[in-house]
Amino acid sequence: MALVNLHDVTYKYPLTDTPALKNINLQVETGEFVAVIGPNGAGKSTLCYTIAGFIPHFFKGELEGTVQVAGLDTQHATLSQCVVETGLAFQNPFNQISGAKFTVFEEIAFGLENTGVPRQAMIERVGQVMDLTGISELAERSPYSLSGGQQQRVALASILVMEPKVLVLDEPTSQLDPIGAREVFQVVKEMSARGMTVILVEHKVEWIAQFADRVVAMQDGMIIMEGSPADVLTSSLLADSGFGLSRYTQAARDAVSRGLWPEQMRLPVTLQEAVDGFSGLLP
Amino acid sequence: MRIEIQDLHFTYPGGVEALRGISLSIASGEQVALIGQNGSGKTTLVRHLNGLLRPTHGQVRIGDWDTADQTVARLAARVGYVFQNPDEQLFCKTVQDEIVFGPKNLGYAADRIETLVEDALALTELADEKDTNPYDLSPTWRKMVAIASVVAMDTPLVIFDEPTTGQDAASVQRIAGVVASLRAHGKTVLTITHDIDFCAENFERVIALSQGKVLLDGPVHEVIDQPETLAITYVDPPQLTRLGKSLGLGVPVRSKAEFLAAFRDLVGR
Repeated sequence: MALVNLHDVTYKYPLTDTPALKNINLQVETGEFVAVIGPNGAGKSTLCYTIAGFIPHFFKGELEGTVQVAGLDTQHATLSQCVVETGLAFQNPFNQISGAKFTVFEEIAFGLENTGVPRQAMIERVGQVMDLTGISELAERSPYSLSGGQQQRVALASILVMEPKVLVLDEPTSQLDPIGAREVFQVVKEMSARGMTVILVEHKVEWIAQFADRVVAMQDGMIIMEGSPADVLTSSLLADSGFGLSRYTQAARDAVSRGLWPEQMRLPVTLQEAVDGFSGLLP
Repeated sequence: MRIEIQDLHFTYPGGVEALRGISLSIASGEQVALIGQNGSGKTTLVRHLNGLLRPTHGQVRIGDWDTADQTVARLAARVGYVFQNPDEQLFCKTVQDEIVFGPKNLGYAADRIETLVEDALALTELADEKDTNPYDLSPTWRKMVAIASVVAMDTPLVIFDEPTTGQDAASVQRIAGVVASLRAHGKTVLTITHDIDFCAENFERVIALSQGKVLLDGPVHEVIDQPETLAITYVDPPQLTRLGKSLGLGVPVRSKAEFLAAFRDLVGR
């Protein structure tokens, strides 16, 4: 059975009438890397909270349907059981940093302390994850003295260090410099190759195309399309519904309308596909 | 209003040397993007323009004022600053109150405030939400409230700190519209951004910082044409610039329109 299994999930936040999620059915296999895209307000973050168990335990509200993650039925499990299986990195790292720790090193160790990991193992794991996320130099700084992008790496590291079975990342690269963002995708891909299951919300289509196994497109609380990056990210349905496509796809679509790119030819998503496609059109 | 920065150094308490000798000038009405890797000093630099930070060494002038002699409150009349995180700047009960707060504080006449607030609401597409509590809006729209509340202050210089972070395609378009409108009104705009495609499409001049120093400063086409130098500060050129280079277009392109024109030339050659 799939490691993450949402069956007919509908959810309303407290004091609201319109569901934020409507009849969501989603299965994610162990080790799979699924990217979730969609316009703002589509329900992407709500989906993250639901998989991580923050819905309903923290946000309350009305949840219908079943959510099973790593063998737990999240509605009937406690939040402290859920967080051991699923790590969630918040969209805004400012909201995630504990405020209880004076250094980056201690901040990253916070979750391990709370789950009773022995001291020596803790030190080793924190060191490894700081290496992996490129923040070793920040170990002794206060989390609050860091730039937005540095805080975002700390937030990611403090989730990775927990070695959850399921990694849920809500726009983990939104404040990162461009090459830093690509590096985070590479790290996430590596975690997924090691067997971690990844659900990642992002707008950076170019890197989704390159690294994700599957793309789920959401709009108005529903999943409107899912499939391989190559299929979903070139869909004209999405282009016409206000989804951001990569500049390569956009340029090729414009080229189609100007008669430069044959209509039956597949649209590119990545740089390599665009180079291959456009150079094939040269005389 | 002209910005003059001379040999600016800044060291945070605790010893982190964030700016290490920055000199640059920005002419009145210029639209400049500020790019560079995390921790390169972008936010530290712009916080000197409205006096939130004071130089450890060097000088910052906004028009005829030396920021060292001015309070943050006085500088607010010349420098509008949209924070990276809107939650750090919003505190009123309604969107309308939030937007009124700035111009009212600057002592503008009632009818001018009314016009400015209406224009800002229209520009940010918030007119239907003016009685809503900002915290009942999604983060995307809170960002628009933050932008509107600064635009309504009608300052000659407007600073955006990563305006497109976490925004979808429609919202990025809306923000590009705000920048275009400020340009049309002759405002000086300085925008920090990691979104290099947005940067190339909307700004004429680009400054790249690296480790507290200016790495590149020039017209957008020159800056995006230097991938090796940009890589020093963890920036890739825009997607279409990279594509154009791989195809051998011969000129650096910054937008779809430029790419397709150059590609058509290549096909026709």
